[in-house]
Amino acid sequence: MTAFLSIRNLSISLQNGERILRSVNMDLARGDVRGLVGESGAGKSMIGKAILGILPRALKIDEGEILFQGKNLLNLNPRELRKEIGANAALIPQDPLTALNPSHRIGRQITNRLIDILGWSKSDAVKRTYDLLDEVRIPDPKRVINSFPHELSGGMRQRILIASAFAAEPKLIIADEPTTALDVTVQKQIVSLIGEMQSRHGTTLLFVTHDLGVVSKVCQSLSVLFLGKVIEDTSVSLFFDNPSHPYSRALLTATPKYTDPNSDLIPVSEKILNSVKEEVLRLDREWSNGR
Amino acid sequence: MVDSSRNINRKIGLRMWLSGGWLLFLFLATLFAPIISPHDPLAQDLFASRLPPIWMDGYESTYYLGSDSLGRDVLSRILYGARIALLVALIASTATCIIGATLGVLAGYFGGWVDLVISRLVDIWMAFPPVLFAILLIAVLGTGLTSIIIAIIVIDWTRFCRVIRAETMSQSAMDYVASAQAAGRARFGIMVKEIFPNVLPTIVVLLTLEMGIAVIVEAILSFVNLSISTDFPTWGGMISEGRTSVHQAWWVIVFPLITLFLTVLSFSQLGEGLKDRFDPVLR
Amino acid sequence: MPILKRLFIRILSIAVTLIGVSIIVFVVIRVVPGNPISMMLPPGATDDDILRLKILYGFDKSIIEQFFIWISGVLSGDFGTSISLRQPVLSLVLGRLPATLELSLLALLIACILGGTLSLLGTRLRETKIEGIIDGINGMAMSIPDFLWGLIFILLFGVMWPIFHISGRISPFLDIDYSTQFYLVESIVRFDLKVFADLLAHMLMPAVALSIPLAAIISQLLKQSLKETMHLDYVTLSRTKGYSENHVILREALPNAVLPTMTLVGVQFTFLIGGTVIIERLFSYEGLGNMAIDAVINRDLPLIQGIVILFALIFTLVNLLVDLTYTLLNPKLRNG
Repeated sequence: MTAFLSIRNLSISLQNGERILRSVNMDLARGDVRGLVGESGAGKSMIGKAILGILPRALKIDEGEILFQGKNLLNLNPRELRKEIGANAALIPQDPLTALNPSHRIGRQITNRLIDILGWSKSDAVKRTYDLLDEVRIPDPKRVINSFPHELSGGMRQRILIASAFAAEPKLIIADEPTTALDVTVQKQIVSLIGEMQSRHGTTLLFVTHDLGVVSKVCQSLSVLFLGKVIEDTSVSLFFDNPSHPYSRALLTATPKYTDPNSDLIPVSEKILNSVKEEVLRLDREWSNGR
Repeated sequence: MVDSSRNINRKIGLRMWLSGGWLLFLFLATLFAPIISPHDPLAQDLFASRLPPIWMDGYESTYYLGSDSLGRDVLSRILYGARIALLVALIASTATCIIGATLGVLAGYFGGWVDLVISRLVDIWMAFPPVLFAILLIAVLGTGLTSIIIAIIVIDWTRFCRVIRAETMSQSAMDYVASAQAAGRARFGIMVKEIFPNVLPTIVVLLTLEMGIAVIVEAILSFVNLSISTDFPTWGGMISEGRTSVHQAWWVIVFPLITLFLTVLSFSQLGEGLKDRFDPVLR
Repeated sequence: MPILKRLFIRILSIAVTLIGVSIIVFVVIRVVPGNPISMMLPPGATDDDILRLKILYGFDKSIIEQFFIWISGVLSGDFGTSISLRQPVLSLVLGRLPATLELSLLALLIACILGGTLSLLGTRLRETKIEGIIDGINGMAMSIPDFLWGLIFILLFGVMWPIFHISGRISPFLDIDYSTQFYLVESIVRFDLKVFADLLAHMLMPAVALSIPLAAIISQLLKQSLKETMHLDYVTLSRTKGYSENHVILREALPNAVLPTMTLVGVQFTFLIGGTVIIERLFSYEGLGNMAIDAVINRDLPLIQGIVILFALIFTLVNLLVDLTYTLLNPKLRNG
């Protein structure tokens, strides 16, 4: 497997020393669809943000590398990183209600990267926008292009953000919990739309979510994150058949099956949580001793 | 983290030390003006006109900051001018504060129609631009210190009322008020004993800022000759007189200006410093 | 359509405000202690003089009658006659209005440029030492009123280094023959560089003095608003598109940060116009404010009435303009 995106030993902490990510490793091949699963606070969104270079200022990267098409993104200066990400990667953000600029019309928010960063002609960009809006099944694209974000529903806005992410045919897309802010009824449509778009464009996709059901539907492989540490890294079929880590097993039984929403929910037991926490703390001690 | 918060504290400390120190110094100088003034502030001496300050050529020993075109001592006039400035600041802002804060606490604590009446009044009042108000009031009341003080009170009470009302409302919503009410204590007692001490810090901040405003208003009105009669030395009046002879005797305008500048700056910095001190977010 | 409705409501409320102001001004001047005639006359006037003046100004009638006579005059453009200048109030006031308008608008322009630049600089360099310095400058600029800035400028740039003029609106030797009182605007239209430079040399110091407190407020509010906006998702998303920090601040954050700042700046601008009264006096600039102070010193009641009402009109119009601009710029109110 040639690593298209490879994260090596990535550790991130808050300014006060609290650790957010603990020596994370992850490999994605070209065209992979990987789920990144964990509870809220497990640090899963931070991996995506670190790749895209949009970590909050309060966080610092302690060590590690992010190799994207062979280039270590962490060694690039801000300008080079912007260029690299702008041309090759895209983000489908979490909350469609806040991810569109209220002052700009929708059309401009889809075409701006194509025109400003990638140097397309305006007519090409507009034509591309119509094709994309058709792909994400937005009716009346002409009206939508001239609308402001507040005039559209949450589901419509997320479709637009998906269209915008695929606009420049990026090689990598990071979907950062793209359905958590939406109505349950819309969630399914959005998940299958992302899956559909991915297989049509062959984009490598890193799908950050806390929903194992979503993973089973779209992804081929997954990484399970707990307290900023990858505790399971396997293919989706193996995971659902036979998870190796006790936390994964517990997580699986605690999640309503995508196919059978009526099965009982068993909460992750305290015992398992504590054993994982102890393991993590032991690793932390080793880590700080090594520094 | 620890370092930066200590830094903030030290900055506030220095700022408040300097401004508080200057105001204290000014206050003492005002009290003892008759003793420390080298000259009668009104005494004219045409043989001693436009003497430069003591470190320049041609000075005369007791005119430390020089003299104006009528031979009056600049230092003595600044000291006596400070009396008027501080007098206006104290009386006007205290009265403004008492009226505004009382109405604010009443409106905030009792709510209902009391709040409705007071709040409407504040809204209507504030729709009227302060400068117009001042022009009208001075035109009607005539010139003089009393007019200035009345004008400041009439115009600025809303500033206190609005802030104190909001502050009282948020205090009234707190648990300690509810428990005092549950204990069966009289509403007026709760207002005076429980709520008032908690809005006091805000009142002190506003009062300090208001004193700075009062000083500048007095200076402006005496500058345009609408204050106390020109027989009395005022900073604004000195600046106005000094302006006409600035090319011949810069010290006549510069020293009162520096004093006024420092005083206004000190009141506002002291007020802002107190605000930061009292602000629970920073503390 | 909602814009038209909004406009209609605003214009109605302006009318109500102005009528209210007129009544207040009228009543305050006549009801408060000391009758207006005795205010006008020097001490020692005879009873005969007082009576003659009373009849001349209509003070012998009842106050309600007086008000209706006055207000019907006002509605037909007759604001009475100035006592000290012996000319119709309306033409006096309108003659001075352009000078004050030009000065206030120049000051507003300077305040926006200064405040905007400082806030953008502070945002670009946020969490650095320079941001701390900018905050310090802001705090200082805000606590010193325009009157003191004016005096400091006179000493620095009028006396120590005489770069600018410290008194008047235009040098007397420039005997200009313009068709309007808007000298600055007309000099630009006529491309009359000599006059333009002379006007600026007179106006710059008073305008900057007026603008500094407003600039500090704009800078503080806009920086606060920008910093909040910079954390929002759409800003982050535009970073991942490959845009630079400068682009992100100027194109993504600024349009949204300006709106909440604008209404507050509108109110502050009316304070700036109020400040022209004392600044015009300080710089002997022949505008409305200077005239207002003379009117108060001379107790010229008809003139004071006229000036106060004109100022009230300007203030309400400024508020209307701010409101309309806000409506036009806010996308949520624009499209539907």
